[in-house]
Amino acid sequence: MKNRTSSPIPVAVQTLTKQDFTSDQDVRWCPGCGDYSILAQTQRILPDLGIPKEDFVFISGIGCSSRFPYYMNTYGFHTIHGRAPTIAAGVKTANPDLSVWVITGDGDALSIGGNHFIHLMRRNLDINVLLFNNRIYGLTKGQYSPTSEQGKKTYSTPMGSIDNPFNPISLALASGATFVARSLDRDPEHLRNVIKAAFDHKGTSFVEIYQNCNVYNDGAFFTYTEKETKADNTVFLEHGEPLVFGKDSDKGICLNGFKPEVVSLTDGAPTSENLITHDQFAEDRTLAYFLSRMTEVPGLPHPIGIFRSVEHPCYEGMMTEQINTAKERMGEGNLEALLNEGDTWVVE
Amino acid sequence: MKKKKQSIEEATILFASDSGGGAQSIGTQMTEASAIAGNDVATLPDYPAEIRAPAGSLAGISGFQLRFSSLTIHTPGDLCDVLVAMNPAALKVNIDKLKPNGILIVDIDNFARRNLRLAGYSSNPLEDGSLTQFQVFPIELTRLTREALKDTNLTQREVDRCKNFYALGMVCWMYNRPMDYAFQWLEEKFATKPQYIEANTLALKAGNIYCEVTEQFATSYEIKPAKFAPGTYRNIEGNMATALGLVAASQKSGLQLVYGSYPITPASTILHELARYRNFGVKTMQMEDEIAAVGVAIGAAFSGALGATGSSGPGIALKAEAINLAMIAELPMVVCNIQRAGPSTGMPTKTEQADLLQMFYGRNGESPLPVIAASRPSDCFETVYEACRIAIKYMTPVIFMSDLYIAFGAEPWLIPKVSDLPAIDVHFPTDTNGFEPYLRDEATLARPWALPGTPGLEHRIGGLEKEDVSGNVSYDPDNHEQMVHLRAEKVARIVDDMPPTEIFGESGAELLVLSWGGSYGAVRTAVEHKQAEGESVAHVHLRYLNPLPKDLGDIMKGFKRVLIPELNLGQLRLLIRAEYLIDAVGLNKIQGQPFHVFEIESKIDELLRGAA
Repeated sequence: MKNRTSSPIPVAVQTLTKQDFTSDQDVRWCPGCGDYSILAQTQRILPDLGIPKEDFVFISGIGCSSRFPYYMNTYGFHTIHGRAPTIAAGVKTANPDLSVWVITGDGDALSIGGNHFIHLMRRNLDINVLLFNNRIYGLTKGQYSPTSEQGKKTYSTPMGSIDNPFNPISLALASGATFVARSLDRDPEHLRNVIKAAFDHKGTSFVEIYQNCNVYNDGAFFTYTEKETKADNTVFLEHGEPLVFGKDSDKGICLNGFKPEVVSLTDGAPTSENLITHDQFAEDRTLAYFLSRMTEVPGLPHPIGIFRSVEHPCYEGMMTEQINTAKERMGEGNLEALLNEGDTWVVE
Repeated sequence: MKKKKQSIEEATILFASDSGGGAQSIGTQMTEASAIAGNDVATLPDYPAEIRAPAGSLAGISGFQLRFSSLTIHTPGDLCDVLVAMNPAALKVNIDKLKPNGILIVDIDNFARRNLRLAGYSSNPLEDGSLTQFQVFPIELTRLTREALKDTNLTQREVDRCKNFYALGMVCWMYNRPMDYAFQWLEEKFATKPQYIEANTLALKAGNIYCEVTEQFATSYEIKPAKFAPGTYRNIEGNMATALGLVAASQKSGLQLVYGSYPITPASTILHELARYRNFGVKTMQMEDEIAAVGVAIGAAFSGALGATGSSGPGIALKAEAINLAMIAELPMVVCNIQRAGPSTGMPTKTEQADLLQMFYGRNGESPLPVIAASRPSDCFETVYEACRIAIKYMTPVIFMSDLYIAFGAEPWLIPKVSDLPAIDVHFPTDTNGFEPYLRDEATLARPWALPGTPGLEHRIGGLEKEDVSGNVSYDPDNHEQMVHLRAEKVARIVDDMPPTEIFGESGAELLVLSWGGSYGAVRTAVEHKQAEGESVAHVHLRYLNPLPKDLGDIMKGFKRVLIPELNLGQLRLLIRAEYLIDAVGLNKIQGQPFHVFEIESKIDELLRGAA
């Protein structure tokens, strides 16, 4: 095994291309699926990350998105439903030198794997999580998911679903995630930038990607992804910038008490000083949480971009530190001495 | 007065108190003192799941049974020579375990009406003549302890908590045990609370002096050291031995140990133990649930570590899907099942052997896994080490089975030399030439353990059926059948890697007693007794359950009858009958308690009489 001690450090490697990250397996998602774009952007950005191909490990659970590792010419593990975070945690803890990625979906991460998801977030291993949110179960053919809007009519809910959906960004923030972002399958450049930022972040990086399932939930996010409506229904988060959106950048978001509100920037009254200025590096999660709740309020644009990015110690790093401390204090473990520890007696 | 000292072969003592009343603690002290004095020892702690059940209630009684002997012993004894009962409930729960004419020591200060009522006594057993068959020693334990500690600054409550050490002092006198070990233990245990060291030391000495000076105790007993094979020994509990075995396998293989676990009785102490070994590079991960605990072990194995997880039946049930993933992914991993009484939550602090079929068959699809089981506390070391060796050599998860009885029981352990432990060879391929993730070793059928981080060996594994050799996803009907056979064949081939089965006794005798797991001790003792009586009976104890040893069929056919005692309704018997078409007879007990030797003896008698 290679003798490196910290998280993947960019080193000079031979130039890789998208092709190097493409496996020989036929991609078997439905034609038109949003997953294709996410795969393509990932394969495009990976060569720019500066680490050898063999150090990438893609780990997935079950669902359409979880077929992803088969199409990546890296190390990969297609595991079981909802459990990818646990297997990824084992991979990363055992070998912190690897660049570990979890590929998951809304059902996989938030239903069957909900428990592992929140605990992965709070432990802060240096793992990147890409959650393909299409608000539907695709592989099992069209049941509502934990992110489906209430009232959704599906095969399993002919009269409409009666569950309240999860807000994945709020959930990740509440669980203590140190990097939380949202991107869009239909915005390749933004998606690449966010994936790159997630990689650069040391700690668990969570990226929710609005992804279109053109078979079972077609157009679920078109309001936010299509040219005609995108500008008026999304606000792109930029660190240090006021929250401004709209086709002509003519609207902003300000806080009225605890409520984010849309204000017009053209009628002269509010100026950009009154608007919320985004601070993705704020240690306090409150602002990021406010922003995450905007998707719950009709009429407010959906924030896209990095909600939060703060540096906290990583689980695997603290594990290594404890091992080093123990070795300093007690010396490198000696098996013979360990077996003979405590009260012993000799029979001649 | 002149005191008599009598030499005896062995003794069994049962300490019983409210849980939290110190029975476990003084039992452990007496065990260590006896082991260091050179006796063979065996213990049976028996306590409720509740941490502190209401004081004086029957449900809250905690017991610690200890047997020490000048001979080699395999069990903590069926019945006791001495019962120390700290209150009426402790007496009521345990009096059936005291031999006729046995010594009964009770704290008479605790036999007030309220305590008698709590224990369900309508009259005081110390006065109503119901205990005439025993030698009763009513001692004012509470008053005497308070008297001995009157000059300390402790509260009455704190003083009363030293009663157990007063009782220990008495028992040390009765069996001529030096108290040095207990003194030393108190120094360590209460290093930051010196007032407790002083108080318990005073209580210990006072109890000892009490026996020396009062006329009540006329005789003390001496038990000569047992004959042991030469070597260095320590006293060890099963779970401790399991933890050490995992560390030893990690050290000998050069692989870091990653142990994922979720707290559960009776497996938690393995996690506690391993968590102390960070200086061995051991990475313990207490996870959010049982599934995550096995998940990290699988991930660690994929990364090239020795992955292990430990739990008990209910937790193993939750892990089943993930264990199956490791099976089809053909990753090495050790799964420790420290069995307890089921089904469901069952009786968490009681023992049982009823998870065998769960380990064989508790996964979907054809999912063959090696299963091996420890027989005694000290055997956990070697058995879990062997589990690691098989896992790595054959690239498969291995089930290691123990049970509460041996996990918490203790006995002397002949400490092995590290150089004598079997080698565990590890090979991580680096050659890209002709690499295929499912290209198997011709002899073992193991696939290569190619680690992430190795240039040129990038590959994908997963739970979908694999194409032979390439490991690509495959739905091909013939390939599926072939892979199912290959995985079964891989496990079956482990028989060639197992030592010949030992027969204790003569081959071709009337009766073979076949056992597995923690019932070893009771069965071996019963067979020893019956052989000494001249009966035609032999014993085979199985460590390897899947696959079963290749000589087992022939061995069994050499006997007229086969008896399989198990703490379940006949799970090994089902497997043996199915595999060999042998009409084995069962002795099945399912009470949360280990076998008594006499239970096995009477079954042997019954079968031998039937056969005659």
